[in-house]
Amino acid sequence: MMELNHITAGYGTKDVVKNVSLCFESGKVTVLVGPNGCGKSTLLRVAARLLEPRQGNVVIDGADTAGWSNREFAKKVALLPQVRPVPEIGVGSLVLHGRFPYLGYPRRYSTEDRKIAEKAMRQTGVLELSELSVSQLSGGQRQKVYLAMAMAQDTPILLLDEPTTYLDINHQLELAHLAKKLAQRGKEVIMVLHDLNLALGCADTIVVMNQGQLMGMGSPQQVYESKVLDRVFGVISHCVTLDNGQVQYLFTREC
Amino acid sequence: MENMRQHKTGILCGLLLLTIAAALLSMSFGSTYLPISEILKVLTGGGSGSSYNIIMYARLPRMLAALVCGCALAVGGVIIQGVLGNPLAGPNIIGVNSGAGLGAILCSAFLPASMIAVPIAAFFGALGACTLVYTLARKTGASRMTLILAGVAISSILSAAIDGVSILFPEAALGANAFMVGRLAGVTTKALSVPAVLTILATVAALALSYELDLLTLGDEVAQSVGLSTKLTRGFLLILAAILCGAAVSFAGLVGFVGLMVPHAARFLVGNQHKYLILASMLMGALLVTVCDLLGRVLFTPYELPVGILLSVLGGPFFLWLLFHQRGGRRP
Repeated sequence: MMELNHITAGYGTKDVVKNVSLCFESGKVTVLVGPNGCGKSTLLRVAARLLEPRQGNVVIDGADTAGWSNREFAKKVALLPQVRPVPEIGVGSLVLHGRFPYLGYPRRYSTEDRKIAEKAMRQTGVLELSELSVSQLSGGQRQKVYLAMAMAQDTPILLLDEPTTYLDINHQLELAHLAKKLAQRGKEVIMVLHDLNLALGCADTIVVMNQGQLMGMGSPQQVYESKVLDRVFGVISHCVTLDNGQVQYLFTREC
Repeated sequence: MENMRQHKTGILCGLLLLTIAAALLSMSFGSTYLPISEILKVLTGGGSGSSYNIIMYARLPRMLAALVCGCALAVGGVIIQGVLGNPLAGPNIIGVNSGAGLGAILCSAFLPASMIAVPIAAFFGALGACTLVYTLARKTGASRMTLILAGVAISSILSAAIDGVSILFPEAALGANAFMVGRLAGVTTKALSVPAVLTILATVAALALSYELDLLTLGDEVAQSVGLSTKLTRGFLLILAAILCGAAVSFAGLVGFVGLMVPHAARFLVGNQHKYLILASMLMGALLVTVCDLLGRVLFTPYELPVGILLSVLGGPFFLWLLFHQRGGRRP
């Protein structure tokens, strides 16, 4: 279980995140939303320890992670970063790199490592791509391959930074579904999403941020009822029940 | 998977045989021709007195110098390209060789007759240039092409400094002209010993870190999120690159383009995995420098072309081809 305590962080002299405290639950999908520049990605970078906070700390299972080695941390937290290079490397080899935190010296994969990587590839549906090179894949396939790499890390906590950017709608929904499935298996999934419909559709908990601060959090229903999204984004939110009983959220703008 | 490994191992064995053949050939050609049978006799403790002298005091040290120089620069090149994530970077292009050269020539100007100090000074020069280029890349977020241009500028400044020192201290024992182009004539076993040991140690260390190099090519964020300490690893790898380039430059001078060409050729043969890439580059670098040195001796007899000239004749066009055909100018 991850907690962020009084996090203040930023780049240069500017604080992008100001004194934010959050607690995430395992078995739940938490989605951070907010307008551009609200600090949601920065907060996720702090949670992934890619950025050191100016103040505050990242706590996992009650222990402050500040003194942890990168490998120790990588056994607890995996990240799907926003910008991913396109290396000339086989899909299978890339996913196996997710096993790095567990490798001894010399760096040899055990049968166990190979099994876990294969399972991750099966779960994300990229097992049949494993002989291809990453550079041969489409954007959507590549996304899933990197997700498989993060899953091969076999961590209780999974951070996804805008995982649906550049994906078409089918792949977006597939990814959201996958995130839910992982949470149901007991993982703590924390992601930043740009798309509000998608966010409210797949999250157990929505965290709304604006100008580096926490504006509200709760289930999609609670967030919808509190109208916090209307205030933060300057839109009008609607709740629609589809013929099949599914609840969807829509957003319009006053002209 | 298993097939690929066998295939790569086969290529490495082939390269090893080629390198041994080139090394033997390079000992048989020169002002007097010595048949390979005679060389083998001398090396196993026999042979006539005159061929013993030629081989033990001239050709063997020179052949070893070519092997060490090629191996060091090629492995240095693999590391630099991996750490900077830039296929256009080579130790001579971004100024690492010139940095090493400046260190070496300053050392021989101020501490003449110190065999151990030269490679160490060259190492510090190379490390200085490495750090400068890496810091520039890091702090400015410059594109790959800008980084190469900055490296070229740094390289010219350092070369000017070498020229300056060699004019102000004419007694600096290195023989400035030959030093600037890179040559292996007259290298003694004594001058070679420390660089050879450093090259072997640094190459072994680079092989030990080959998995980490693989991770670094995935970018900092990915490498760090699977648990690599990227800063520490990069720093250590740059030190290894500086040791290697410094070692080569300390006895061979500014031999260029080995560290740029060989990693590309090796990648073409054995792929991107650094374990194989380092082994292949090590052998191909040694092979390339040995062959070029041999050609330099036999092409225009009685004149001898320094190995650095031949390598620049090959490397210059290769670099141009790389500039226009690789997507190196744009970020991926």
